[in-house]
Amino acid sequence: MTILFYIAAIIAIISTIMVITRANVIHALLYMVVSLLATAVMFFLIGAPFIAALEIMIYAGAITVLFVFVVMMLNLGEEAVKQEKQWLSFSGWIFPAFLSLILLLEVIFIISSSGSVPVSGKVIDPKLVGQSLFTTYLIGVELSAILLLAGIVGAYHLARRKKKVVHRFLELEGAEE
Amino acid sequence: MSSISLNTGLVIASILFFLGFLGVMIRRNILFMLISVEIMLNAAGLAFIFAGARYNAPDGQVMFIFILTMAAAEVAVGLALLIQVYQKFKTLDSDAASNMRG
Amino acid sequence: MYDFLWLVPTLPFLGFLILALFGKKLGKTLSAFVGVGSIGIAALITILIGIRFLSSPPEGDAFVQTLWTWIAVDRFNVNIALHLDALSLVFTFVITFVGFWIHLYSVEYMADDESFSRFFAYMNLFVGAMLLLVLGDNLLLLYLGWEGVGLCSYLLIGFWYKDSANGYAARKAFIVTRVGDAAMAIGLFLLFYSFGTLNIEQILTQAPQTWSVGNNLAVIATLLLLGGAVGKSAQLPLQVWLPDAMAGPTPTSALIHAATMVTAGVYLIARMHGIYELAPVSMLVVAIVGAATLLVAGFAGITQVDIKRVLAYSTISQIGYMFLALGVGAWSAAIFHFMIHAFFKALLFLGAGAIILAQHHEQNMFKMGGLAKALPVTFWTFLIGSGSLAALPLVTAGFYSKDAIIWFAWSGEGGNIYLWAAAVFGAFITAFYTFRMVFVTFFGQQKIDVSHFPKWTIHVPLIVLAFFALFGGFIELPGTMGHFTLFSDFMKSALPAIEETAHENVSLEYFSQILTAVLALVSIYLAYVLYLKKQQIVTNFTDTSFGKGLQQFFLSGLGFDWLYERLFIRPYVWIARTNKRDFIDLFYVFLPWMSRQFHYAFSYTQSGKVRRYILGIALGAVVSITIVVIL
Repeated sequence: MTILFYIAAIIAIISTIMVITRANVIHALLYMVVSLLATAVMFFLIGAPFIAALEIMIYAGAITVLFVFVVMMLNLGEEAVKQEKQWLSFSGWIFPAFLSLILLLEVIFIISSSGSVPVSGKVIDPKLVGQSLFTTYLIGVELSAILLLAGIVGAYHLARRKKKVVHRFLELEGAEE
Repeated sequence: MSSISLNTGLVIASILFFLGFLGVMIRRNILFMLISVEIMLNAAGLAFIFAGARYNAPDGQVMFIFILTMAAAEVAVGLALLIQVYQKFKTLDSDAASNMRG
Repeated sequence: MYDFLWLVPTLPFLGFLILALFGKKLGKTLSAFVGVGSIGIAALITILIGIRFLSSPPEGDAFVQTLWTWIAVDRFNVNIALHLDALSLVFTFVITFVGFWIHLYSVEYMADDESFSRFFAYMNLFVGAMLLLVLGDNLLLLYLGWEGVGLCSYLLIGFWYKDSANGYAARKAFIVTRVGDAAMAIGLFLLFYSFGTLNIEQILTQAPQTWSVGNNLAVIATLLLLGGAVGKSAQLPLQVWLPDAMAGPTPTSALIHAATMVTAGVYLIARMHGIYELAPVSMLVVAIVGAATLLVAGFAGITQVDIKRVLAYSTISQIGYMFLALGVGAWSAAIFHFMIHAFFKALLFLGAGAIILAQHHEQNMFKMGGLAKALPVTFWTFLIGSGSLAALPLVTAGFYSKDAIIWFAWSGEGGNIYLWAAAVFGAFITAFYTFRMVFVTFFGQQKIDVSHFPKWTIHVPLIVLAFFALFGGFIELPGTMGHFTLFSDFMKSALPAIEETAHENVSLEYFSQILTAVLALVSIYLAYVLYLKKQQIVTNFTDTSFGKGLQQFFLSGLGFDWLYERLFIRPYVWIARTNKRDFIDLFYVFLPWMSRQFHYAFSYTQSGKVRRYILGIALGAVVSITIVVIL
């Protein structure tokens, strides 16, 4: 089990590195699916099967698919991939990488400075999660509902194509847009 | 199984998190930035799950569900914005939308 | 009836609000009704309360009406509360009663003015503030009224603000009184520091227990309060603003700069008599200030050519008498003179106003003359007022009130023969310049044709005030003539009475009275000779270089303006001019300069590129987490 866990962790990390270094968006997305699946495995192994299922369904399923749809809509071609490669220059990423590394080391230092405690790995019943959600965290659930509603309305409003102005005097200005 | 400690889990979560952070910093494409943000959110959720497993409590999972909800809403709005940017600038370069500088 | 007390100051404020907000829409007739009516009703209520006060005095001879709490911070508690006792009743009566007649008079006087309702708004505000001053039961409320009347005085002196000289006079009045007010504010702080309260009654009851007679704090506090009183009442050395204050409309001069506001200093000292009695030094200072002022102002009054300035100097001089009375401990005599003075001085100002109105707004008396026939009512009432001011023996009220002060200046607690001599000499000068004014204005050749014949709105106030200027004195007769003490008996509940020993030396009192009376008559005769019969003497004298210089010196108010100009104004202007680029400002200029530089520096970071921002976040995170790790 432990070995499985570490394998999943290594896969997740490697595929995440691949995600952020790919030039082609579709490739990156596929790597992200892999990363998310690996994470789901980790969830399953430390006793959160319900969350593992959610991870696959919503992250790997819904959200990534949403990305894919958008990529399809934008219809990016070979040019975009070339452009991406050009943007990913060595001088562009070395300093941010250095910063991230420092931060990571520091965080690891902080984490390891506290004593090591094993996780129990006991399966937490989804029923318990549900109970907790609708009693202690009820207000959070309600706020999430509002947030989702706002997300829907906002996404619809933002993504809508602006109607072209057809007034004859404003035609020129509209055309420039 | 018992050798998976909380610290290990948190280290994995932070590695993923900083990879996502690095992604946001080095990519110019808005689409990649959004993907990297998703990675960061997922990493944060991972940390919650580990903590929940450590204390054997459902609260970590509840938090993950909230993060999931937020991520879904964020992606929806973010992608809508992205489409607008693409329509306006005909590119996904985040530096193109830099008119609002001080 | 007492419960209606709150209406007395409220009505004028209400009138002010209506006039200030809707004055333009009301038109002149309605404005006049509101302005005069509010004061009239307040006066009526005051008289009714006064009758009740006389017939059945309230418990403890004082009625306190607490309206609400104004400020309550820890030990500092101030109420909006009205305190009515004999002293404040007299002041309230004079303010509302005389105020009403002056308002009525103003209806005709200001009839042609375009800012008619603005004038009445200011006047109503003034009456309200003045009532607050005399009715307030604590010093803070008193101070509020005190500053309120100062504001109204400023507004009304500069009423015709289109002439910059009027604005200058208004500023002068405001700034000079501010000097005194600052001293008074410090005095209030000191009193609060000593007693932990600003309630007047509490201070007066606690003072004898806290301070022994001659206590240093008591002396300092009373001198500081005296500073405020001196500023407001135009006494030496802050008297310079009052003559210039005549730039305002004449009813203003009558109400504010003669009858009421300038006597606020008298009220303050009378009100705080309890602590003044603990500081004999301050009492002496008050008396000396009064005596010096009455002489200085008298000399200045002799040479004035502007009829209103003569009256202004006479006001300063008469208030000097009140201060003298306060200083020698003759409290009720001071208040008595205040009341009588309010009647005859308001009368004189209103009379002068009628004359000015009739003479095409000419104020120089030497260009007038022979008005006795043309304006008979004005002439006779003005004559009565002048007689009262000159203390014409037996028949006028001014004689009785001034005689009391002169006598107590000698026989009173703090009195001595020098103060008495000053007072007697002052009376002599007063009679001289008063009748110089009368002879020059009303007799001789008529030089300017009469442009305005007063109607009833001017005549009625004149006649009513003349009645009081004649007969108001009979409520208090001196020890030698029946010893009728209605007024001082009435005041006894609020102010300590003069000791009976003051009246022991009857022959001396007779001597003093007869001397004063004779001097007044002689001086009137002198004025008659010099200004009506043989004017040659005067012109001959003023033609000599010494005479000319003396005339100039007196005309300028004994050179106080000249002195202050050199002592304060020029050095101040010099400092202001040399320090135009205030060196302290450098620091404040540096601050915005620095923040602007920071702004430029930081605006470079605003590239509009999201990646840079994230890089900034990363850098910040590195720094802050590093700090956490290292610590």
